[in-house]
Amino acid sequence: MGIEPSVTSPRLLHDAYAILAERPVRPIAGGTDLMVALTAELGEPPDQIVDLWGLDELRGITVDSGALSLGALTTYTEIRRSAVCREHLPVLVEAAATIGAAQIQNRGTLGGNVANASPAGDTLPVLLAADATFVLGSIRGERTVASSEFWPAYRRTALAPDELLLRIRIPLLAGREMRFRKVGTRRAQSISKVVMALGWRDGEPAEPRSVAAPWTEVRLALGSVAATPIRARATEAALEGRPPTPETADQAAEALAAELHPIDDVRSTAEYRRIVAARVLHRLIREAGGW
Amino acid sequence: MAIYRFTVNESPIVVDLPGMRRLLDVLREDLALTGTKEGCGEGECGACTVLLDGTPVDACLVPICQVEGCIVETVEGLASTEPGSDLPPTLDRLQAAFLKTGGAQCGICTPGMLMAGRAYIDAGGGPDDDAIREAIAGNLCRCTGYTKIIEAIALASGQDPAA
Ligand SMILES: Cc1cc2nc3c(=O)[nH]c(=O)nc-3n(C[C@H](O)[C@H](O)[C@H](O)COP(=O)(O)OP(=O)(O)OC[C@H]3O[C@@H](n4cnc5c(N)ncnc54)[C@H](O)[C@@H]3O)c2cc1C
Ligand code: FES
Ligand code: FES
Repeated sequence: MGIEPSVTSPRLLHDAYAILAERPVRPIAGGTDLMVALTAELGEPPDQIVDLWGLDELRGITVDSGALSLGALTTYTEIRRSAVCREHLPVLVEAAATIGAAQIQNRGTLGGNVANASPAGDTLPVLLAADATFVLGSIRGERTVASSEFWPAYRRTALAPDELLLRIRIPLLAGREMRFRKVGTRRAQSISKVVMALGWRDGEPAEPRSVAAPWTEVRLALGSVAATPIRARATEAALEGRPPTPETADQAAEALAAELHPIDDVRSTAEYRRIVAARVLHRLIREAGGW
Repeated sequence: MAIYRFTVNESPIVVDLPGMRRLLDVLREDLALTGTKEGCGEGECGACTVLLDGTPVDACLVPICQVEGCIVETVEGLASTEPGSDLPPTLDRLQAAFLKTGGAQCGICTPGMLMAGRAYIDAGGGPDDDAIREAIAGNLCRCTGYTKIIEAIALASGQDPAA
């Protein structure tokens, strides 16, 4: 590394707030995004860094007031090992297992994935599809922002310069089903070309004899197909109230292909991403429908 | 600059350094422990893998400020030397297994592979091909094709890989 920025390592959240209130300071959590950027000298290097790693107030996985709450510093390894996550949100455990390899999972944090705001962040579609909210804090107090409002533009977040992401909260809905799929070049350590999370609840069957219950509260979120992680709202509407039949799957896949406007880049082409996203959705619906 | 205290291979270390210096550079340049290698400097190759409080991390991604109070283990800590003896160090079980199976060729990935393999075995991992592959998925090797590395870790994990 060329120049080494100076760093402070507070132990108390309150001290971190005070540092951030004084002047713009760049937070570091697990460092798996930031250290790469610093070493590669990408962008304007920060001259001052605040190290969050010692803030135990940002750790821990709990269930309270009907929501799963994960501290921003929760690592992927902690998510994979958490009995609470496995019970309440297995799809997040599944997503965590696809991120990097052991070395990355041991340091990389959920909060870092959220704050880094990469359109390819693999947990972000899961958080969107699960209606997660983010608790942000600063010396001015705490506020909550919905995940659907958190990434306004390419690599931008709702965080003010003096704010930290404290916790990720996911409401626990009885009977919610969720699925996750990541398409990359190889199993470990690969950035996704398309990443998708789908959520729904089974509604009342329309007629007593129909086998498949119609889906309600459908959520479909994707990464790597736009400048930010997105909800595919037109496709959600096409799925809402419909049972997971072959007809529904065909129509939803078509709706998704029409709704997405991905880009060509070094990892993939727009056309590939659109086709793959539609196929992945089709398959998820087929698997859920059991046909 | 700030004072950071930690242990490396059981020796207590005190350094006065910029807190954002990479653990990799502190090991290689400040502590002259050059066994840990730099491949990519971006977390992709695992050549710099060391154990931090027993878990494998990429030393190129960890700033020294986050090592305060931690236990660091590097490849230099695997072999043991009798205190005051002139005899060459005794390789640990995993190093010996790498020699036996031919798990090292050019050797650049070997320190990282050994530490990832050590963590796997210490966590109770056995001679299970898929589990070993997952444990070393963050370590690239351009020479061996991985098979002999996996055999070595399986061998050292205590049971017969064929069993
Ligand atoms: C080899 C490799 C493989 C990877 N594979 C994947 C992958 O498969 N999928 C994937 O999604 N990502 C992947 N990543 C990216 C990275 O590991 C993740 O995005 C990770 O979650 C980042 O977390 P971190 O704690 O390391 O973040 P850091 O690098 O510490 O921080 C990232 C950014 O977020 C900010 N930040 C962090 N925490 C907070 C907070 N609490 N409040 C405010 N701002 C904060 C920092 O200022 C910085 O801008 C990979 C990275 C590497 C090096
Ligand atoms: S040098 Fe650290 S992972 Fe390649
Ligand atoms: S032995 Fe040469 S890279 Fe692995």
